[in-house]
Amino acid sequence: MSESTTTAFEPRIVAFFCNWCTYTAADLAGVSRMKYAPNIRVIRLMCSGRLDPQFVMAAFAKGADGVLIGGCHPGDCHYVEGNYKTLRRVTLLKRMLTELGIEPQRFRLEWISASEGDKVQRVVNEMVEQIRALGPLDLPGKHRNWDKEMEELETHVNHSQKEIPAHAH
Amino acid sequence: MSKRIGVYVCHCGTNIASTVDVKAVAEYAATLPGVVLARDYKYMCSDPGQALIQQDIKEHKLDRVIVAACSPLLHEHTFRNATKQGGINEFFFQMVNIREHDAWVHTDRAKATEKAKDLIRAAVYRVPYHKPLEKKSVSIKPDVLVVGGGIAGIHAALTLANAGKKVYLVEREPTIGGHMAKFDKTFPTLDCAACILTPKMTTVKTHPNITLWTYTDVVKVDGFVGNYKVTVRRNPRYVIEDLCVGCSECVAACVFKEPKFPDKFNLGLGKRKPIYLPFPQATPLVAVIDPETCIQLKTGKCKKTCVEACGDRQAIDFTQKPEIKEIEVGTIILATGFKIFDAKRIPYYGYGAYDGVYTALEIERLVNASGPTGGELVLRNGQKPRSVAIIHCVGSRDENTNKYCSRVCCMYSLKLAHLIKERTGAEVYNFYIDMRTPGKGFEEFYSKVSGEGVNMIRGKVADVFLENPTDKNGRLIVQAEDTLLNIIRKVPVDMVVLAVGLEAHADANEVRRLFNISCSTEGWFLERHPKLAPVNTFTDGIFLAGCCQGPKDIPDTVAQAGAAAAEALALIDNGSVELEPNTAFVVEEECSGCKTCIPMCPYNAISRNEEKKVAVINEALCKGCGTCVAACPSGAIKQNLFEDDEIFEEINGVLAHV
Repeated sequence: MSESTTTAFEPRIVAFFCNWCTYTAADLAGVSRMKYAPNIRVIRLMCSGRLDPQFVMAAFAKGADGVLIGGCHPGDCHYVEGNYKTLRRVTLLKRMLTELGIEPQRFRLEWISASEGDKVQRVVNEMVEQIRALGPLDLPGKHRNWDKEMEELETHVNHSQKEIPAHAH
Repeated sequence: MSKRIGVYVCHCGTNIASTVDVKAVAEYAATLPGVVLARDYKYMCSDPGQALIQQDIKEHKLDRVIVAACSPLLHEHTFRNATKQGGINEFFFQMVNIREHDAWVHTDRAKATEKAKDLIRAAVYRVPYHKPLEKKSVSIKPDVLVVGGGIAGIHAALTLANAGKKVYLVEREPTIGGHMAKFDKTFPTLDCAACILTPKMTTVKTHPNITLWTYTDVVKVDGFVGNYKVTVRRNPRYVIEDLCVGCSECVAACVFKEPKFPDKFNLGLGKRKPIYLPFPQATPLVAVIDPETCIQLKTGKCKKTCVEACGDRQAIDFTQKPEIKEIEVGTIILATGFKIFDAKRIPYYGYGAYDGVYTALEIERLVNASGPTGGELVLRNGQKPRSVAIIHCVGSRDENTNKYCSRVCCMYSLKLAHLIKERTGAEVYNFYIDMRTPGKGFEEFYSKVSGEGVNMIRGKVADVFLENPTDKNGRLIVQAEDTLLNIIRKVPVDMVVLAVGLEAHADANEVRRLFNISCSTEGWFLERHPKLAPVNTFTDGIFLAGCCQGPKDIPDTVAQAGAAAAEALALIDNGSVELEPNTAFVVEEECSGCKTCIPMCPYNAISRNEEKKVAVINEALCKGCGTCVAACPSGAIKQNLFEDDEIFEEINGVLAHV
C-alpha cells in the first residue's frame, strides 16, 4: 500500500449510477478487484432517468471537476426507457454546459451494463486522465470572482448613476 | 434538522481495513454535524455488530444510522432490519459502500481513506432528510410460468407441480426434452438419456397441475413480482392437439412416399416428411405439419392423404391460426437453454466442407438407436470409421471465439470416445488442451476410458485437411503439436468429431429484454449474485435454471432447476412480498397540471385529475424509477428514498472538503 505524497491536482468526479446496471457493474469491478483511480464518488439512483439536470449543475457548482452518468444500455433499462429520457436531457445539458464554459470532457454519459465491470474501470480512468489534463474547474472559485466583479460593476454603476441628474430618468 | 446520527465503519475483516484507515474514518465521522457517535467494528454484519446498532439506538437515542461497509445490494437489508430492531424506522438507515466501490478498487491507502470520508460525509448530510416509510406488501399469485422444456424446465415444473402449484410450461419447439432428448448416453454413469428423461416428460404431460404448451412463444411480459401478465402465442401445428393420438398413420400416408426434407431433430442427418413426429417419444405425441414443405399449405392443391388416414379422428386442420393466450402468474422460471457453437466459424477444421467432419451432437444422434441410422455409427458414405479423432475445445477457451470453458465437452468427448470404440472398434484419438474432469465420478471415468485404449494427445489441433485433396469424401489428416512429446503429429482418420462448446441462444438478448433481466457479455442470463443468489435475477420473481445462465452438465442443471423451483415456492408460500417504498408521489399544492410527467412514465402510472387539475400517481403501478420526478418543472413530484433534498445533500456532502 503506497501512501500518496504529492499534492498535485486530483480531479473530483461525482458519478450518478443507476442501481441496476452501472452501480452493479461498479460492484462487479470491486468483486473482481479491478483497480481504478480513486477520484470518483458514486451517488446511487434507481434509474438514470431520475437524473435531474440540476444535480449536475449542483455538483459543478459545489466544486466537482467532472460529472459521470452511468445507465443501462439503450433497450436494457430496468424501467423500460428511463435511459432514453436521460439521453435527451444530457444532450441538451451538454450544450448548455459548453455555453457556460464547462468543457465537454467534464460531463460524460456512459451506458454500462451489470456485467461490464471493466468498462467502469476504463471509463473512470479515462475521465480522470482527461480532466487532470484540463486542470481544475473550480466553479465555486469562479463564482466568487464573478461575484466580486459584479460587486465592482455595481459600485461603479451606482457611482456613475449619482452623477446623472434625476430628470434624465 | 438536528438529528442524532450513529456512524459505523466496518473493517470487513481485512477486506476494508487493509486499504482504508477505518479508525481515522470513524474519528473523522464523529466530528461531522449531528453525529453522536462513530464506531469502527470488525464485522458489522455479524450478530454482535448488529446488536451494537440496536443497543446504541436505545442508549444514545440515535434516530439515524449509517453503516459504511459493503454494497447496499448485499447488506442494506441486514442493517435496515437491525435499525428496525433497535426501535426506529428502518428507512432512517443509510448504507455507504466503502468495500466494492473503495477498498477493493483502490491501492493508495490515503486516497481510499479520503474517499471513505467523503462518502460517509455525503450520508451524514443526507440522513436528516430521511422520512419514516413503510414497505408495501403485494400478494403473490400462486401460478408459475416455466419457459423452456429441456431437462431444467421439466425438473423445475415437476418440482413445483408436485408441491401443488399450477405450472404453465412453455416450449417453442413442438416437443419438450431439449438437448437431453438428443443424447444417447450420459456421462459419467452411461445411463441412457432417454431412459431417464422420457418418464419425466410423460409425467409432465399427464400431471394435473401442469399446462404444457409446446410450439409456443412468449410474446409479452407485463407486471411485477407476484403479478406478472404474460402473453403467449401458440403457433399452428395444423394438427389439433386434443384429437391427435400420435399413431403416425398420417405420416405414413403423406403424398411424399419417402421422407425428403432435412430432419431438424436429427440435425439434418436424416430426412422427414412435411407431416412428422419429431422423435418416437416426443411429448406431446402429436404430429406437426411444416408449412414450408406441405403441399396443401403451400398451394392448397394436395390429395390430402393424411386427412384421409386420420379418418374419424379429424385431427388435421389446415386452417389453424396462431392462438394468443394471456396468463397471470406470480413467478417465472427461465430455462431456455443454449445452442451449440457453430463449427463453421473455425474454417480450418473443415466442418461443412469435408464429409468426414461432424459435431459431437451429430455423433450423439448417429449412435442413438432412435437416430437417423438406427444407432449404427457410419460415415456419410455408409462405411464404418476405422479411426476417429475427437477435437476438444472447439469454440471454447479460444480468444477468437469464446474465452470461457464450456465445462461439458471434455466429459462428453470421453463418453463419445467410449461409445465410438464400443460400437465400431475404431482407433480413437482425443486431442485436448487440458483434460477437465471435475465432478463426482468424472476423473474415474477419465481413467476408465484411458484404460480402454483411447489415445489421449495433449495438443490443440491446428489443421484438418484431406489426405487426397481431390476426394472430399476421403480420409482426413489431423495435425497438432503434441505438447507432451514436443513433436508435430499428423494423424490420418476417417472421421473427425468436433467437441463444440455451448453458446447463448442467438435471441438471448431479445428474450432477456422481454423478461427485463440482464445478460453477461457472452449472452448468458445474469444471476443476482454469482455465489449467494445463483438462480435469482435482478428482477424479483424471475429465476434462472440450467444452461441459459451458463454452461453446465445435467446434474448441475437439475440441481439449479430444483433451486429455482424452491425460490419460487418460497415466494408463493409466503403469499406476499414486500416492495421497496421508493415510489413517486405528487404534492398537489405544487402541481401546475402541466402534464409533462404523464408521457414520462413507462407504466402508465400517472394520470391527471381533471377536477383538481393535478397529476395523480397510481402507487400500485409505480415502480420507482424517478423519471417523472426529474422531469417535473415545478418540483411537485417526489420520490421516496430519493427526494431532491436527499440527493442534493449527498452532492453537497460528497464535495464538502474540510
